[in-house]
Amino acid sequence: MKPGNIIRLIVFAALILFLAKPDLFSGFFSLFTKNNQPAIYNQGSLLDITLNHLGIVLAATLASTIIAVGLAIIVTRPFGAEFLPLSRSLANIGQTFPPVAVLALAVPMLGFGTTPTLVALFLYGLLPIFENTLTGLTNLPPAVTDAAKGVGMTGWQRLVKVELPLALPVILAGIRLSVVISLATATIGSTVAARTLGEVIIAGLLSSNTAFVLQGGLIVGVLAVLIYDALSALERYLMARTGQLGRAAA
Amino acid sequence: MIEIEDITKTYSGTTVVDQVNLTIQPRSICVIVGTSGSGKTTLMRMINKLVEPTSGHIRIDGEDIAGIPAYELRRRIGYAIQGHGLFPHRTVGQNIATVPKLLGCDKKKTADRVEELLSLFQLDPAEFRNRLPHELSGGQQQRVGVARALAASPNILLMDEPYGALDPVIRAKAQEDLLAIQRQFGTTVVLVTHDMEEAIHLGHTIAVMDKGKLLQCAAPAEIIANPATPFVAELIGTSERPFRLLSLAKVSDHIEPGEVSGDPIESTASLRDAYAELLWSGRPSLPVRRDGQIVGQVTLAALSRLAARPQ
Repeated sequence: MKPGNIIRLIVFAALILFLAKPDLFSGFFSLFTKNNQPAIYNQGSLLDITLNHLGIVLAATLASTIIAVGLAIIVTRPFGAEFLPLSRSLANIGQTFPPVAVLALAVPMLGFGTTPTLVALFLYGLLPIFENTLTGLTNLPPAVTDAAKGVGMTGWQRLVKVELPLALPVILAGIRLSVVISLATATIGSTVAARTLGEVIIAGLLSSNTAFVLQGGLIVGVLAVLIYDALSALERYLMARTGQLGRAAA
Repeated sequence: MIEIEDITKTYSGTTVVDQVNLTIQPRSICVIVGTSGSGKTTLMRMINKLVEPTSGHIRIDGEDIAGIPAYELRRRIGYAIQGHGLFPHRTVGQNIATVPKLLGCDKKKTADRVEELLSLFQLDPAEFRNRLPHELSGGQQQRVGVARALAASPNILLMDEPYGALDPVIRAKAQEDLLAIQRQFGTTVVLVTHDMEEAIHLGHTIAVMDKGKLLQCAAPAEIIANPATPFVAELIGTSERPFRLLSLAKVSDHIEPGEVSGDPIESTASLRDAYAELLWSGRPSLPVRRDGQIVGQVTLAALSRLAARPQ
């Protein structure tokens, strides 16, 4: 096994262990507490909060992926080409809005809770996936797309059998960026009462308990690194399988 | 039979193909030659509707292709291109099976056909069927590309500079393969190239294009002997003419009786090869061998007469 994989495995095991039995680590985290503050977050199960955090990110990314990939497919078809500039600017607007602003604007309409966070993450996740899908679908090897037409595939068959499979690694790269951004951004959702790891961090900040801040931050950080890593590996595998290692994009 | 009638293609004011009339006989190889930008590829791509003509008609076996849906037409016409265009995420077997699968052919039949084609192109099915295109050499990829084009046994095969990316040795082999396959299946082949040598070697008829116009369409011997315009002559290469003429005929057609000693030449060689060998070895004649037997000779004098401009 390569050293990199051993490290990944150890980090993953440590994360699981910490989420399942956080008390095992209380000795370590008590180093960061003052005045007999609790060392481990005690206002809810860390495992539940983490799963909820992941669930929100997953749901938001899934929605972003469906909409962004769908939009990119439409604007790369002949009938949708004129919507390309419009959809580009829409996705860009999604990106320029700070998530905090989206939260602030969404709360009056959607109320407190998970929903405004989902909306913010969804909007924020659109652009990377949309841009990458566009890149993937428009930078296909010309000989291959020509051959796909030449053998008599219909537009739909070309999309499903040739264009999407070949663009998949690039699309995945966009999803990866989106997921990592969302993982971090979801913590802000706790300011509007979404149950995310931000809750742990905010509790720590309010009570000046560094141990809480550290716990929340570490879990988010480790999750982000592991997920980023896993998706990168999947991309490399797909690239290698299709002999496209040379045309890796963004 | 492919009948191209008064075909014109204009792209925003620029005429790429200009009122071309061309009839391609069934079961023959027609090579369209021209420099880049001559419209030769555009002309070929109009046959399988990858390009829609601005005006004019193309008929295949009497049927106007304008009335056939593009994808349906393309499934009936083999298409092989430079850089092979294999689907990089699909195995060799899946690539070759593309058109039969689109046509909804029986699985077993398709698998048999894939096997047959791989063997035909000297690729061991067991070894190559499950490989991905990027694991093959350039020559092998090209062969798989042609195999894919032939998978549904089309009557017509379109080839766009199919050998452009191959080195000379592999290219010569690929050309021989094409000639053998064309003879075996009687496919009508339309091949686009900028290489007059290749055109003369492969074509039953050669169509020369320049600036969108068809300058001449004739058998190779006719093109060499009587080029219609100075451009055609230039494309053939004035100093190359006698050798090109010799390259069209085989030694076996010009054997003279007589016995000479020395290294023999095979009767299947072209007269050009024989001529080169005569000059190189400094001999006035060569013995000719057929199936391991010496059957006569070819002489320098005879070849010199054959290389002269036909009267």
